[in-house]
Amino acid sequence: MEKMRISKEEVAHVAHLARLEFGAEEVEKFTTQLNDILLYMDKLGEVDTVGVEPVTHAIARKNAFRDDKVGVSLPPEVSLANAPGGRGGCFLVPKVIE
Amino acid sequence: MEFEPVIGLEIHAQLLTDTKIFCGCSAKFGAAPNTHTCPICLGMPGVLPVLNRKVVEYMIRMALATHCRINTECNFARKNYFYPDLPKGYQISQYAHPPAEHGWIELEINSGKKRIGITRIHMEEDAGKLMHDERNPVSLVDLNRTGVPLIEIVSEPDIRSAEEAAAYLRRLHETIVYVGICDGNMEEGSFRCDANVSLRPKGAEKFGTRTELKNMNSFRNVQRAVEYEIKRQQYVLESGGVVAQETRLWDDTAGVTQPMRGKEEAHDYRYFPDPDLVPVVIDEAWIDEIRGSLPELPLEKRERFMRDYLISSYDAGVLTVSRALADYYEEVVRLSDQPKIAANWVMGDVLRFLNEEKKDVRECPIAPASLAAMIRLIQGGTISGKMAKEVVEAMYKTGKPPEEIVKEQGLVQITDEVALARTLAEIIGKNPAQVEQYRAGKEKVFGFFVGQAMKATQGKANPQLINDLLKKMLAG
Ligand SMILES: [Zn+2]
Repeated sequence: MEKMRISKEEVAHVAHLARLEFGAEEVEKFTTQLNDILLYMDKLGEVDTVGVEPVTHAIARKNAFRDDKVGVSLPPEVSLANAPGGRGGCFLVPKVIE
Repeated sequence: MEFEPVIGLEIHAQLLTDTKIFCGCSAKFGAAPNTHTCPICLGMPGVLPVLNRKVVEYMIRMALATHCRINTECNFARKNYFYPDLPKGYQISQYAHPPAEHGWIELEINSGKKRIGITRIHMEEDAGKLMHDERNPVSLVDLNRTGVPLIEIVSEPDIRSAEEAAAYLRRLHETIVYVGICDGNMEEGSFRCDANVSLRPKGAEKFGTRTELKNMNSFRNVQRAVEYEIKRQQYVLESGGVVAQETRLWDDTAGVTQPMRGKEEAHDYRYFPDPDLVPVVIDEAWIDEIRGSLPELPLEKRERFMRDYLISSYDAGVLTVSRALADYYEEVVRLSDQPKIAANWVMGDVLRFLNEEKKDVRECPIAPASLAAMIRLIQGGTISGKMAKEVVEAMYKTGKPPEEIVKEQGLVQITDEVALARTLAEIIGKNPAQVEQYRAGKEKVFGFFVGQAMKATQGKANPQLINDLLKKMLAG
């Protein structure tokens, strides 16, 4: 294998942050796949970017605003329609400890 | 060893816009759960957030009021974490390119003036509200607050004591309410403060390990929590221990800070630029327009009051504590042309009545014009200062103008010289012995005549006029 861009530990850590659970085999597989992707992305490093300002967007547009005017909200029963549980207009979730 | 506290504050302020930051849902507090939600603030797939222009304007207002440098271009980033009050799984905030940086505000502390630096101000969205069921293992989520606009104001670690922390917070609170972008309600959570506290040996350059304090919903609690945390860390260090870097919650009842449970893992938010929101460009013209609309700031107002109205620094401080009170006072001054006397009445009786009922000056039953009219009645000699005390109380209770109260209660001071002289002549005629004594040099007897005159006129005579007339008449 070529140089590693991402370790198994990092894959496991990011999986945890995303609340995903993987078996050892899957971690192995994703590590290989992610490394392949990242190595491919290295091609971008071959482009000469001297004097080019970094951008965060692919389009050149700036300042897309809306006015501070109240629009229509959803009826709460519609907002809650896909929720696994609800009570008194609220979403019901497993207890969160603070 | 002597330790020096190093404190920085992070403030989150809800902006007084009508709608949320990225959608048209109402941002109003107190609606029934989830009635202010839509696909955008619920984080449904495929929706696009669009920035509320007013949020940028309000952020610029605060940036100007705190002497920040405003960057030409800024953008939004996603702060990723999972929590049920955050439907998208990320909060839209600003990270690498904040819109405003390098500001400061000035505090007046015992040793003089001190500047506290402001590292940055940025815009972001609020999260929803979580309520915990006491009996069942469930929590309830209301997403009305999700997407309500906030600005975060981060101070430099320039604060050195709990008192300074409270003074900084007060000054910032005063400023944000003055510029009209936040209602400043700490109890309802529209103005929230977290504190970073660490200790270092006095004279050292390097910062010690800091803790982050949360859950302080009043000025007093911020001061108490910081005070407690300084003592706690000092104890830990002096007994040879190490301060753990952690988030601690202030427990108001127990008066202590406690480590927060549950968030065992260090924050790893994986910020990245939000591809859904285009960069924001703020040009000079926009900044100038907003600068032109800014009201006079508290400190400038204070200095102007001292200069123009010749009142003390203390009085100017009291009278500019809110924009509404300062406006009230200035209206009384404009209509009475008596800045010093107006200051005494506003700070004395009017504020006392309001404080007793925990009312704001905007709810004051005495209109500035009425108070000014009363001051004119005193100045013109129609009523005495003593009568005015009664009049102002009746004005507060009834909301009636002073002339009406004076008439109703028959409080008009007797200023008719001829009538008063007749009354005084009668008194003098009835008390020849006292007249004799006075003329023999026993000046104390003068008080006796004043007393008799007040009695005869039921306290309605102008005391100065009585004095003048009596002196003349007794001289014989
Ligand atoms: Zn919405």
